[in-house]
Amino acid sequence: MTSSARRLADSVLPAAALVAMVAALYMVFVYVPSDRVQGIVQRIFYFHVPLAIVTFLAFGVTAVGSALFLWRGGREWDRLAHASAEIGMVLCTLVLITGPIWARPIWGTWWTWDARLTTTLILWLIYAAYLMMRTVSGPGEQGARYAAILGVVGAVDIPIINRSVYWWRTIHPAVLVTREGGSGLSDPRMGLTLGVSFTAILLLFAWLLWLRTESARLRDALEDMRQQVVGQ
Amino acid sequence: MADPVIGACGLTRRFGNVAALDALDLAVGPGEAVALFGPNGAGKTTLLRLLATLLRPTAGELRLFGRAVADEGAAVRHRIGLLSHHSFLYPDLTPTENLDFYARMFGTPGRAARVREVLDRVGLVGWAHRPVRTLSRGLEQRCALARALLHEPELLLLDEPFTGLDVDAAGMLSDLLRQAHAGGTTLLLVTHDLWRGFELCTRAVVLVRGRLVRDAPIGESTRDEFERTYVGALHAGGSSGPATGG
Amino acid sequence: MFALLRKDLQIEFRTKETLSSLFLLGLLTLLVLSFAFDPTSDLRGEAAPGALWVAVIFAGVLGLNRSFLAERDNECLQGLLLCPVDRGTIYLAKVVANFLFMLAAQVVIVPVFVFFFNVPASLGLVGVFLTIAIGLLGFSAVGTLFAAIAVRTRAREVMLPLLLLPLVVPLFIAGVKVTGRLLPAKPLGDMAPWLHLMVGFDVVFLVVGWLVFEYAVEE
Repeated sequence: MTSSARRLADSVLPAAALVAMVAALYMVFVYVPSDRVQGIVQRIFYFHVPLAIVTFLAFGVTAVGSALFLWRGGREWDRLAHASAEIGMVLCTLVLITGPIWARPIWGTWWTWDARLTTTLILWLIYAAYLMMRTVSGPGEQGARYAAILGVVGAVDIPIINRSVYWWRTIHPAVLVTREGGSGLSDPRMGLTLGVSFTAILLLFAWLLWLRTESARLRDALEDMRQQVVGQ
Repeated sequence: MADPVIGACGLTRRFGNVAALDALDLAVGPGEAVALFGPNGAGKTTLLRLLATLLRPTAGELRLFGRAVADEGAAVRHRIGLLSHHSFLYPDLTPTENLDFYARMFGTPGRAARVREVLDRVGLVGWAHRPVRTLSRGLEQRCALARALLHEPELLLLDEPFTGLDVDAAGMLSDLLRQAHAGGTTLLLVTHDLWRGFELCTRAVVLVRGRLVRDAPIGESTRDEFERTYVGALHAGGSSGPATGG
Repeated sequence: MFALLRKDLQIEFRTKETLSSLFLLGLLTLLVLSFAFDPTSDLRGEAAPGALWVAVIFAGVLGLNRSFLAERDNECLQGLLLCPVDRGTIYLAKVVANFLFMLAAQVVIVPVFVFFFNVPASLGLVGVFLTIAIGLLGFSAVGTLFAAIAVRTRAREVMLPLLLLPLVVPLFIAGVKVTGRLLPAKPLGDMAPWLHLMVGFDVVFLVVGWLVFEYAVEE
């Protein structure tokens, strides 16, 4: 990346993310009307859903980075995959926290075994394994490579897991109402709020990803330089 | 003129940020016997593993038998034998079973006869039917050598094979290597035993911190120089440059 | 490839370590699960398919750990890599070997399960056994790949279950569903899609594993 492109990303991304976030917060807490049925708690939905979408997106980034790293080599792909996994893990945790907070007052249980939430839980476990893999592996690139394999295999598996859990839920008699994200948006303002919130979280993700990959790149460059000096 | 058996150009191998081998150039022709010296951590084992196609170079080019390893590594594997610190033998199987397995993997013709022959050459016939687990280190090492020689490789890579061998076993190993060399096999011998290296080989190479610092034929006059380079490198903690006695 | 398979079988016949640990662990898991349910309760019948699969998977995870442990001694894996053999072939041979070991253990575990959980013996059991076979193939495909990785990490006892269990959830769900239908000897009917899922899983991960294995063993 050219340095001017870097500077652009450095300044524009955080600004855009900040603006979008402020807008989203305003809209979620002030602008949008409360849902008639679910009341105030429903506002969590405006964060929960975008967080969920972006965490899966983050895993997609990790998967692509992993595949390219295995196939082509090049540490920048691994840095991308790793950074995306770290941020994705945090987002995933937030999804798993906001889910029950929403579910409890509405449906009376902490956890609904619906397809999406369960798949998200499994995604969380795969993230955890990915990150742990890097610490317990041997020196050098081994950890990165093994984690990349997990990234690729995990990405192939996630759709299969989702399908199987979905079938599992629908073939059973429906015990709990499955949370349906799209329906029930009675007011157009809700759709708008959701869109803004999604944009805000996406921008936040992009900015954090940028920060993380940059810091990893700088750290690697520093290590390289240090090795050269010491090796001399 | 035949293709060089080994043609390494700018060969580099990194582990994480550490360069175990740094822009190494090495050419070894068929039938040569090269001794590879260097202090611990110099990268000798890494080099051997690169030559055995177990590792891939981070940068630079490696050609074996004239073919680029990057594209055709698998094709040359059956012409290379590696004897390493580890024996690569399955402890629960007997030497015969181990060798039979490797013979199948390498597609060696006349398997049973060949296995017997090689066991005979290393003097293991009496122990051929006991699990490798029960063999002493010296016997295990002999079996490992048998494994390395089994498929009659044109290039034999040896990583400190004399370590832990008693005088008898070491003598037997020396004889076997000499025989192999006389039969046209190219040898690359990594050893800390300077005397053996000089005895068996015609050329010596010194590796320090991943770099080649000396590469010359072994004759009477250069033997002392080699010792000086090598010992100097050891004492200086591996930070010396090219030999001062050069 | 047959040479590789033969070698693994040879070692196993010599030591019988893998088979015995698979069998014992499966047995123990079934035993513990039996204690979890009151013998007179109806729940027992409903939980039975799940219990069987838990035993299969848990024993399998621990058995898989061992499959590459053998290659650790004397760095035999490197010896294998020295041979002019495609890495994918090494993978497939290991998958088949592990599959056969796990399947062999089931020959004993399934009858034990029938005893413990008081399942009516019927032709449905054959179907259950076949279902387990299909599931174990996919399990072996993913498991062999990650066992090769896990054995070279520091926390190897933890890594393999952590890696494997989330990934084989589809097999587990499908297996339990189909077993639940087959045990009382009912026809498959609408359970057929689950079998398709399992077979699809097997195929997909055999291919992925075959492609990716070389990255798992190189350095």
